[in-house]
Amino acid sequence: MAVDEISVGGLGARVKRVEDDRLIRGKGNFTDDFKLPGMLHMEILRSPHAHARIVSVDTTKAWAIPGVHLVLTGELMAQRNLAWMPTLSYDTQAVLAMDKVRFQGQEVAAVVADDPYIAKDACEAIEVTYEPLPAIVNPMQAVAADAPLIRDDKDGQTDNVCYRWEVGDKAMTDRAFERAARVVKLDCFYPRSHPSPIECCGTIADFNPATAKLTLYMTTQAPHIIRTAVALVAELPEHMIRVIAPDIGGGFGNKVPVYPGYVVATLASILVGRPVKWIEDKTGNLISTGFARDMYFRGELAIDHRGKIEGLRIAVDTDNGAFFSDAQPTKFKVGLLHSAFACYDIPYGHLTSQGHYTNKAPGGVAYRCSFRVTEAMFFQERLIAAAAQDIGIDPAEFRRINFVRDFPWRTTYGMLLDSGDYDKCLTLALKKLGYEELRREQAEARKQGRYIGIGISTMTEPLGAGNSREFDIIGIKMFDSAELRVHPSGKAVLKIGSKTQGQGHETTFAQIVTHELGIPSTDILVHHGDTDNTPFGMGTYASRSTPTAGAATSMASRKVRAKARKLAAHLLEVSEDDLEWELGRFYVRDAPQRGATIQDCALAAYTNMPDGLEPGLENHAYYDPPNMTWPFAAYLAAVEIDPETGVWEVLRFVAVDDCGVRINPMIVEGQIMGGLAEAYAMSNMQFITFDSTGNCIGANYMDFLLPTAWETPKWELHEVVTPCPHHPIGAKGVGECATVGGPAAFVNAVMDALAPLGVRNIDMPVFSGRVWEAITQQHDVAGYPPLPGH
Amino acid sequence: MEIKQIKVTVNGEPRVVEVEPRLLCVHMLREVLGLTGTHLGCDTTSCGACTVLLDGLPVKSCTLFGIQTDGHELTTVEGLGWPSELHPVQEGFREEHGLQCGFCTPGMMLTAAALLEDTPNPTDDDIRWAISGNLCRCTGYQNIINSVQWAARKMEAVHGR
Repeated sequence: MAVDEISVGGLGARVKRVEDDRLIRGKGNFTDDFKLPGMLHMEILRSPHAHARIVSVDTTKAWAIPGVHLVLTGELMAQRNLAWMPTLSYDTQAVLAMDKVRFQGQEVAAVVADDPYIAKDACEAIEVTYEPLPAIVNPMQAVAADAPLIRDDKDGQTDNVCYRWEVGDKAMTDRAFERAARVVKLDCFYPRSHPSPIECCGTIADFNPATAKLTLYMTTQAPHIIRTAVALVAELPEHMIRVIAPDIGGGFGNKVPVYPGYVVATLASILVGRPVKWIEDKTGNLISTGFARDMYFRGELAIDHRGKIEGLRIAVDTDNGAFFSDAQPTKFKVGLLHSAFACYDIPYGHLTSQGHYTNKAPGGVAYRCSFRVTEAMFFQERLIAAAAQDIGIDPAEFRRINFVRDFPWRTTYGMLLDSGDYDKCLTLALKKLGYEELRREQAEARKQGRYIGIGISTMTEPLGAGNSREFDIIGIKMFDSAELRVHPSGKAVLKIGSKTQGQGHETTFAQIVTHELGIPSTDILVHHGDTDNTPFGMGTYASRSTPTAGAATSMASRKVRAKARKLAAHLLEVSEDDLEWELGRFYVRDAPQRGATIQDCALAAYTNMPDGLEPGLENHAYYDPPNMTWPFAAYLAAVEIDPETGVWEVLRFVAVDDCGVRINPMIVEGQIMGGLAEAYAMSNMQFITFDSTGNCIGANYMDFLLPTAWETPKWELHEVVTPCPHHPIGAKGVGECATVGGPAAFVNAVMDALAPLGVRNIDMPVFSGRVWEAITQQHDVAGYPPLPGH
Repeated sequence: MEIKQIKVTVNGEPRVVEVEPRLLCVHMLREVLGLTGTHLGCDTTSCGACTVLLDGLPVKSCTLFGIQTDGHELTTVEGLGWPSELHPVQEGFREEHGLQCGFCTPGMMLTAAALLEDTPNPTDDDIRWAISGNLCRCTGYQNIINSVQWAARKMEAVHGR
């Protein structure tokens, strides 16, 4: 008999997480927990200025402090050709600054000492003389006629523009706008934010002079990319580099890039011949590592008299900071921003984007999203809401008029949708919220001077890069991998190229093997995050692990099953063609009681193989997905604003997600709730801004606000299931959907409440002060830097 | 810098520890005593990843000097359960999926354990308020609330209170 899939922890089982046993006992292994013999500690000296010429760096006093082993400057890095490094967007980034500092927090020098306290003392003893220059903190300043040139290090760079990109059909879009019955416009700013995992970034670089092997313990979401990048940057042989990403305290995109600290620690270990640990502090993390968002949108919709959208224009200015080091696929200079409006049937669209160097931290990352998809969906849903409000149509109805309903579907900007049922998703969400009833309550409340608002956000997003035709990072194609080894006793080890930072890979990836082979999930150990022990993969971000490494796990398991079939045929003395498979077991078609379990086959692979069959039961797969997966969702928020203070409270939040087949529903729900909390954070409090001198406001957790359990709303989750047509088990990415689609639901709810006042936009975060200003002054409130009064 | 000797009871065990006066409690626990279950998140008393119990009350060990614990009792996550048995709060976090990356979890659990000592039958709002000094970026908090409620039920069943 087949094993019961749920009871052995297969697809759909709410298996308790394997990871938890160590983490709840305080026995996790985070990078900072490792203590190697002879290990030294590194601290980085950062620039206090956003833009300044470096006149001199005097390290004499730092060298004199007892316990200091090494003081590194840009000059010393340059002697090894390491003062600059290539970025993931084909630009260059200073490792330690030599000529100028270009953002506040930029790395200027580093000290290696016996302990971090001494290293910090020594950093303070380094004397740097700066000659301050004017700072640029937004794209408008960057392109002003008198703007100082930030990247004067680059030959041929004469302005502060770092890329220009466009997609779509301009001529046809122009015609659609000429014909339009209505044109609706919206400008808005998606503020800079930071993924801000609670654990900061860090590494232990351990170069062994005896073996010439470099081991890097590192908080990285993409250990294999780091290995290759280090090999290229530091000119070390790749087989002599081992990257170990141990337990990671959250990533959310922040731990994808290569940071100067990694490079400096590596060189330091090579120079001193001892392990060097560098763990950044929170301020270092917030002011210098991969930020997110910081985009200025101008958009318009051409709408016919029935409410059908006929054309779409989006123009975006991005603020990329001092170095163009966005972590994103090569071909797409503004990530997957062109996924905007994918769920809507719009015949013609045109999108232009321009990137800008500014005196702010570099490294735009996909903060809990698939390369700028969050920004795309936020602007999409804000513009849709504004349009519905302007033309006086119910926002749910306006969406229904415009949803894509036939698949496959080529979107306005050229992406290929393979499945979806947006109306079903929205309809369920409206029903669960009690939409009609709530609209009546809202109308009643308005008569009493109460401000209740309902916000809708619907979207589909592309998750799970590649395919390799379109997606690569620094030339490496975006596939992923799995390797499965079944031991003689039927227990198995799975090795994957992706790397968990809390997503629960050690649990869910075992469940995929269970689904394919019937081996209980408790009999499968998942290895990941060690480049010496796992197949090459692009890592975990952009919700890509299940779509890619998850698919590879299925394919590797199926190869193992194909070999097990040969072994079963041998054991049962029949032809392979006479065998049928049911979960966990082959049986003879005409005699179902005669069978061989997968465990029988595993034992036979080592003890009783047929002549001519190679021993062992293992295989691997590199999976190159044919398309992205397209999960979709409807998020509804109901809020009430206190008109006296502008404070808004979330009354209800309903989320309906379709992420295809759910491997472990418990984990999926956990990811959705976590994503919603980050969406709420963005809409309400979490952002980084700057004053006019480029001083970062949001440099610690007292200024950079994150919601606590007290503010965070309760979530009501529901699901619809449309299996992904091309994924081996019908799964789609999910980890980031709620962060992507969520923010617009909150903002649309506040704007819906304020609609009678004629207010159309308040930039995020929708602070109570901004709401109060909108109510009292009856105008829109913008929120880009520099902050007023600074 | 001058080294001071302090006496501190850590997870029930009396310890004599040599510390620089400026050594933070979190570093004393992690670096001197090897108890790496206490994590350092923000350095500013904001995130709560470094929460430990000082004489039974939750404190943030990133803004406490080791020397200030002289003569006191500290409980870290390593002392929350027993070698053969988890604390109900630890079980609750596993049963209700109250953790994802696990970095905030030790501090979160210690705060919750202290709450349940005081308030055996908390409301959801009691829990939300109690853990409002502990930030979590992964879970959206809802499952943490459920985890603490699970622990409260278990403790009530075991202790009959």
